[in-house]
Amino acid sequence: MAVNFGSKRIVVGAHYGLRDWLAQRVTAVLMALFTLVLLAQVILFQGPIGYDKWAGIFSAQWMKALTFSVIVALLYHAWVGIRDIWMDYIKPVSVRLSLQVFSIVWLVSCAGWAIQVLWRL
Amino acid sequence: MSELASSSRAKRPEFRNIHALSDLPTYRLPPAGWVSILHRISGAILFLLMPFIVWMFDTSLSSEFSFAKFTSAFSNGVGFVPGWFFKLVALAILWAYLHHFIAGVRHLWMDINHAVSKEFGRSSAIVTLSLSLGLTVVLGAKLFGLY
Repeated sequence: MAVNFGSKRIVVGAHYGLRDWLAQRVTAVLMALFTLVLLAQVILFQGPIGYDKWAGIFSAQWMKALTFSVIVALLYHAWVGIRDIWMDYIKPVSVRLSLQVFSIVWLVSCAGWAIQVLWRL
Repeated sequence: MSELASSSRAKRPEFRNIHALSDLPTYRLPPAGWVSILHRISGAILFLLMPFIVWMFDTSLSSEFSFAKFTSAFSNGVGFVPGWFFKLVALAILWAYLHHFIAGVRHLWMDINHAVSKEFGRSSAIVTLSLSLGLTVVLGAKLFGLY
């Protein structure tokens, strides 16, 4: 296999950026489907949504697994989007790198918190 | 050629160092342009409010006690932060999510169908903007207890 890292890394040409482009769409579809699944369960339920109903939605094992996947998808989706914003507007390398590190910490922390909430339910 | 090179021609504008305050407000964007920049802005809002979203996920889900805390935050507030402020932040999330969702579906639709005509770009942008704003008004009114 051709060397594609370090100084030999190819950063131009066909398909460069395709992976993130595709990942952005795959994660988006997953999150959109999750939104519809969650909405359906809320809307199809008759009467006001209390704690029992709300927690019941997320305590089903399949819903936990799906929500877990969506949290991971959201993590990656938001990373690609925010990284693009920093790359577009922030030129000084030191500031850009700091913001990118901040974004990773921000997103991973939120994901960890959300996953903890999910699995202790 | 001499005419082109002469200095009597008006100086062409240069688009380097775009100034956020003096230049950006003078831009006139087509509907698709608005959808595009708002897609980015709504994504950034959701990114920045992510801890609040997870906080809502946590308090609404963890226990019956925390669920009560969650609902009371929106009516009575928490500490010195009044309840209407929580609703205002929730409204921002609502709009950002609706816009990002609908604009994202538009993106996917264009990818699948190769529907990249100028006319479809314009009409779908108008649908995106009116749908996201309309739903924000309807659901926001519910959030603030107007009906």
